[in-house]
Amino acid sequence: MQTGAAEQPIEIQWPEEAETRVPYQVFLDSAIYEREQERLFRGPVWNYVGLEAEIPNVGDFKATFIGDTPIVVTRGKDGGLNAFVNRCAHRGALVCRKPRGNTHTHVCVYHQWSYNLEGDLIGVPFRKGIEGKGGYGADFDTAQHSLHKLNIASYQGLIFVSFARELHSLEDYLGPQMRPWLDRLFARPIQVLGYSRQYIRANWKLYAENVRDPYHASLLHLFHTTFGLYRSSMGGGVIMDEEGRHDMLRSYKRTEEQETAAYKDAGLRTYNKGYGLADPSLLQSRQELEPHLTNQIQTIFPGLVLQQIQNTLATRQILPKAPDQFELIFTYFGYEDDDEDLRAIRLKQANFVGPAGLISMEDGHAAEIVQQAIGHDKDASSYIGFGGDDVSDQENLLTETAIRGFWHYYRDVMGFAA
Amino acid sequence: MLTPEIRYAVEDLIHAYVHCIDEDELEEWPSFFATECLYTVMPRENLDQGLPIPLISCDSQGMLSDRVTAHRQANIYGPHFYRHQVSSLLLTPQADGSIAARSNYVVFRTWADVVQYGSTEVYSVGTYRDQIVFENERPKFKERLVIVDTCRIDSLLVTPL
Repeated sequence: MQTGAAEQPIEIQWPEEAETRVPYQVFLDSAIYEREQERLFRGPVWNYVGLEAEIPNVGDFKATFIGDTPIVVTRGKDGGLNAFVNRCAHRGALVCRKPRGNTHTHVCVYHQWSYNLEGDLIGVPFRKGIEGKGGYGADFDTAQHSLHKLNIASYQGLIFVSFARELHSLEDYLGPQMRPWLDRLFARPIQVLGYSRQYIRANWKLYAENVRDPYHASLLHLFHTTFGLYRSSMGGGVIMDEEGRHDMLRSYKRTEEQETAAYKDAGLRTYNKGYGLADPSLLQSRQELEPHLTNQIQTIFPGLVLQQIQNTLATRQILPKAPDQFELIFTYFGYEDDDEDLRAIRLKQANFVGPAGLISMEDGHAAEIVQQAIGHDKDASSYIGFGGDDVSDQENLLTETAIRGFWHYYRDVMGFAA
Repeated sequence: MLTPEIRYAVEDLIHAYVHCIDEDELEEWPSFFATECLYTVMPRENLDQGLPIPLISCDSQGMLSDRVTAHRQANIYGPHFYRHQVSSLLLTPQADGSIAARSNYVVFRTWADVVQYGSTEVYSVGTYRDQIVFENERPKFKERLVIVDTCRIDSLLVTPL
């Protein structure tokens, strides 16, 4: 791993029980945030940036971010995908100022330098000056002033971009454990149904932990238990890639009797029958994907979460904005061949997820109350020893193993490993 | 024909609605809607692109009251209260006897949690698009579409707009 010459030294003491402890410093320190931008988001990773279905036509573009660096993804003349840093090669202005659209040239408004869909410089106003005065000299070479182009690849219509020049192929990066689950969600052509955005006053890694954490599911999110709908000790398990950095949490229903008994046995305050749904039409769902799962919550390091929660399908892109702030962008989708009923189910179930999601709105808040509590206690640490201290696939959901996997890989990339 | 009496009644509905929410009388909130109703909170980002995914959609009074039950019993969030400012009301009578209404809103959110207690922020800006009908001579929302300009939701959206 190349280390930037100007990189600040970081003093960090990972506690002795390294696999089950995370020092709060990693959620607070601006030097760590800066190192993440260099070593992690620009490091040996493929960053999720969007769906091919968002830019189907030549000239379509989507402006987004890798870490906090603005980038643009385009559909080129040949139908291929391109990505470049969204910063003019002249004086550094944002070239693309809209989140999405279609154009054949990207023109920086500052001095109207223009670029083609591949990011090559194709036009410079007053290049030779006027009447022989001013402008650039004869040695000015547009080829030396293209936009900063990035590696781009897609898998099943999911687009990933990397700053790294040499790294594993996207397929290898995803790995044989993760790919079948992406195949499950993207076996048929998809259609984007909409977006939602959530801005969270917390470090992005608190959310990366949250989505790898099946422990909280029925304890923080009380919708199902409040309404006496069975849930909680559902069947399920955790699968990770070789590195432990990506994971797939799956859950499926057991029978109601098993469920109720297991929950009562655990003596949890959240078991509370007595409120019924006045309109149970919200619960209508359809089994549509094989194998049948209630939930598939899958992460691809660093910033992608894929969800199938009943019939809601979405990608979530985690975008860090500051050590204590991140944005979460949900992109909801269905399949092109959805029938009318299934489409209606997806729209109604949109009530379950996102910033106003009945069953999951709490996740961002959970990250925020950690951020609020850790204050200046950089050296104190959280404890992630639920279900042991190792990083290994599990056939149950009572484990923090995927969180441990995340941190194990994170420490390696960041140079924090012992 | 928009008589002064109808206009007053509709204006009352629109203002009483926000007082109901701002005064935390959410149990009354579904009663502002017609027997058959549709309440949708839609990010402007989706509306502008013709995309159908809402933040919230309730197509019955039952779904509205389930939202309230979840708010009271299930959902976890930082305690807060709202102040809605509603302005620029335009009413247009429709051929079927209903009234189309549009108005703008700003919602200030004041935190009541231990860390941010008493601090206020502009939480949401947007516009209401309503279809109002009279049931038992009282105006009700047949449809209330909340178009949220502030589609990057700060923290979460649990209390209705």
